This record gives sequence, C-alpha cells and structure tokens, in this order.
Amino acid sequence: MEATLTAPQILKAPKMERDFRTENLSIFYGTYEAVKGISLPFPEKSVTALIGPSGCGKSTFLRSLNRMNDEISGSTSKGSIWIDGVDINAPGTDVIKLRQKIGMVWQKPNPFYKSIYENIAFGPKYHGVKGKKALDEIVESSLRRAALWDEVKDRLKDSALALSGGQQQRLCIARALSVNPQILLLDEPASALDPVSTGKVEELIKELKEQLRIVIVTHNMQQAARVSDFTAYFYLGQLIEYGMTEKVFTNPENTMTQEYIMGRFG
Amino acid sequence: MQNNETMRVQDRKSRIEKHHIEDLIGRSYMSLCVLLLIISIVSMVYFVTSKGISTFAIDKVSLADFFFGTKWSPEGDNPTFGALPFIAGSFITTLLAALIASPLSICAALFMTEIVPGWGKKLLQPVIELLSGIPSVVYGFVGLSVIVPFLRNVFPGQGIGVAAGALVLSVMILPTITSVAADALSALPRNLKESSFALGATRWQTISRVILPTTLPAILTGVVLGMARAFGEALAVQMVIGNAPFIPKSLFESASTLTSVITLGMGNTTMRSPHNNALWSMALVLMLMTFLFVFIVRLLEKRRSI
Repeated sequence: MEATLTAPQILKAPKMERDFRTENLSIFYGTYEAVKGISLPFPEKSVTALIGPSGCGKSTFLRSLNRMNDEISGSTSKGSIWIDGVDINAPGTDVIKLRQKIGMVWQKPNPFYKSIYENIAFGPKYHGVKGKKALDEIVESSLRRAALWDEVKDRLKDSALALSGGQQQRLCIARALSVNPQILLLDEPASALDPVSTGKVEELIKELKEQLRIVIVTHNMQQAARVSDFTAYFYLGQLIEYGMTEKVFTNPENTMTQEYIMGRFG
Repeated sequence: MQNNETMRVQDRKSRIEKHHIEDLIGRSYMSLCVLLLIISIVSMVYFVTSKGISTFAIDKVSLADFFFGTKWSPEGDNPTFGALPFIAGSFITTLLAALIASPLSICAALFMTEIVPGWGKKLLQPVIELLSGIPSVVYGFVGLSVIVPFLRNVFPGQGIGVAAGALVLSVMILPTITSVAADALSALPRNLKESSFALGATRWQTISRVILPTTLPAILTGVVLGMARAFGEALAVQMVIGNAPFIPKSLFESASTLTSVITLGMGNTTMRSPHNNALWSMALVLMLMTFLFVFIVRLLEKRRSI
C-alpha cells in the first residue's frame, strides 16, 4: 500500500491522466439524454468512485466505458473515451478487442452455469490461450488475484452456483481479471453482499488498484470513502463535483454534494 | 360498562364469523371443482385402462403378440393383433418431426430474443400464435395438397407416407417448441449475457457457450412437449401417412400411427369385440406414453431449478 501514489501526487501528474478519460461524453436512450457531456479522468493505480442518487446516470456512464450500452437498442452516444491515445467511442472500434482491456463486474453475482474452472477459463479460451497448462495457470492466478484460490482450489470442477454469494462475486471479479484487463469497472459490486463479504471485496479492490485502474459505482457513501481515491458526484446526468475523495467527503465545494453525502438528499 | 364490553366482543365475533363463512364457501367451492377434476381424470384413466387391458384379459391376446406382432388383421378368420407397426409408426413420425422442428424452432426463438429482439419478436410472435391456432385438419389438407405432390415428384413412391406425416407434424409442433424456448431465453438474466460480452466474447460465442447451455433443460422441455403433441396428433397425420398396417421400410412408404388407426377403426367396430378392445389397448399405450412425456418434462424442470 505504501508504494501507491497518494491522490495529490496523481493529480499533479497530468500525463498519466490522459491515459484513460472521457471527453464530453453524452449518452442517449432514444431522445432522452441520460448522461450530459461528462469529461472525467481515471488516473492510474487508483480507484474512482461514481456516486449520486438513483437515475443520475452513473451506471449508464460506467456501462458506456466498455461500450456495453451498444447491446441496448436505442442507445446512442456522443463524445470520446480515450484509452492510450485512442478514442474507443469512435465508430469502427473493435468492441470485442476493446472489452478484453476493460473488465466489468455487476451488482448481482452472475457466474456462468458452469464449473468454477470453466467460469475463469471462458474468456482466455476465446482470446487464443490454448493448452491445459496455460489455462490452469490463468485460472490459478486469476483466483489468487481475487483472493479466492484458497477457498476453492480443491473444488475447481464444482458448479460455480454452489458458492456463497460473496464467493460468487469474487469469482466474477476473478473471471473479469482472467483476460488481464487494464481497467476494471465495478457496478455496485458489494450491494448484494453481507458485511463480511463486502469487507472482503473492499480489501480486494484496494489490493487490485496496485495493478489496474478501477471505476466503481456505489450507493454506499462509507464504501466510496473507504476504497476510492477520487470521487465524482453525478446528478441528473451531470457531473456536479469531482475531486480527491478526502476533499469531496470532508469539504465539498458544492452544497448539493454535501447534502447528498450527509444523507439529507437523494 | 361491562355490558358495553360484552357487546363489543360479540360484535367482533359476529364480524369474524362472516369472514369465516365467506372463506368457507370459497374454500368448499374450490374443493368441489378440484374434486370434480380429479374424479374425471381418475375415471378416464380407469376407463381406458380397464378397456385396454381386456384385450389381454378377456380376448387372451398375449402381450408379446400385441407389442411385437407385426401382423394386424383383427377381422380375419384367425384374427391377429400385432400393433408393432403402429407403435413404430408413431415413434418414427414423432422423432422425425422433433428432429426437423427443433433446430428450426430454437433458431426462431434465438432470432426473436437475441438477434433482433425488436421487430423479430413483433413479427414472429403473431406468426407463431397463428400457427398454433390453425386446426389440424387444415394442416392435413395442406400436407395432402402441397407436401404429398412435392414428395411424389421428387422421391420414389406415392408421396403419402412417413416423410409426409413427419413434415406435417414438424410444422405443427414448431410453435410449441419455439414459444417455450423463447420464454426460456428471455427469462435468462441479462447480465449473464453481458458478462460474456464483457469478456470479449462475440455474439455467436455467447449464444453457443453461455445462452444455449444455460437454457438447455428448458428448451428440451419444449421439445418434449412438442413430441407429446406430435405423438397424440391424429387427423393431420392420418390424412397424409397412407394408413397401411406395415412397418415402413423407407420414409416414402405408407404407414400408420396409433392415433390414425384408432380414429379410422373406432367407428367401424362394435363395442366389446376383440377389434374394439385392441383399439382401446392402443389408446392405453398412447395414454401411458403421454404420462411418460409429462414425467420427462417434470424431470427436466427439476434439473433446471438446481
């Protein structure tokens, strides 16, 4: 943990900021503008939390980052999403390739109806990983990274559905890690879990940010404060406030942000 | 004061009793309906069973002769009751129909739910409902005037036969399989699909490796329900299959099914005659097969819930 850059250091490093950010990103469902021209950086080795009341567009925004909104008919977008100097929101982007760079985990644990092993091996198989040994290695390393290996190493062939909810969610995180993404998108990853499992997932997030960028949508203010380095407050599709988590939570610039964080609104 | 209190208690009592009476009436009415239903089912099963058994109990036809005998000549001087040709005919047409209809139905269901959920569903849903509403005599008639001449021109034989029967049946069971499969596919949690997409899987990979394996038990339920319908269908098959009491040696030969023999023969026999009893035995076989199909569906559903 000591090796991590502190939040102010990251903010002072503008070159890194450009690695992954959105620029004037708007998302429409039909004619309804769910996300209104948001520009947001996602610095390296850090967790960015997106907070705001239900329907504020934060989940839509998150889903657009790996073009998952493409799967929803009637959804269109404007603006850019820059990853390593490439605008992945531009037409003609290879969405299949792109999604290998960006992992995603949903609110409800959603393992495939397969064995634990098959859940993890699913992605790598499609990306040209061949041979049992190579797959075995990926399965082990992914499960280790998701802090699940010790709990499941003796029953990799068992159905993933036999795991507890918290284990299933960490399995989903391991599955997302299996294709070695640079960015991990988490859509309320702990809201369906009990406090102990939530604690484990939060620990995991803190560990994983050493290796990749994490964007997390959460309704839990304490969670946002605990795990994130940067916080963005969304309201009605607009970005109201963005800054270091410490600053946003202790001394927000906008009174709306303050009222939301204090629980008086939203 | 005390008087007032007792009055209030009484008042409450009488109000509760009114609810009780309503509840009682409702419950007795429901119980009566259910009882009626159970009685009619049980008596039907009893009737068919007792009639069906009499071939073996009264007419002394051996089980082996009935189930494995290939000669059907109930009105002859030396009557034989080999029902194997009809049992075989029923199974062959049903299996063929399921083989033809299942891939088409599953593709149609995928088209409706996965490929173009918008207009695909809008277009196919009414078509499927229409298909299942068309009377079977119309199917038989279309089969007789379209499929049979086509088969006659392309393949050897008269056109009528097993292939024609199976084709007509396959169209008839398309809507059953399609609608069950489409329901199962649309009941699949959306984020299961999305997590496959999020791993960089293509749509085809997602369908073949995630969606179909996950919904397979439900889709098989649809297939079995379709087979049950095909097995029990009488009229349309009877019109195109040719009704020859032989085990067909090719797909383009005439054959019979259990149902077609029953519908053709029932009116021409007298009650309690050996011929009539033999027809009842076939009805019993049909009924038992239906039970088996229902049992399989139950089994699949149980597997799905795990």
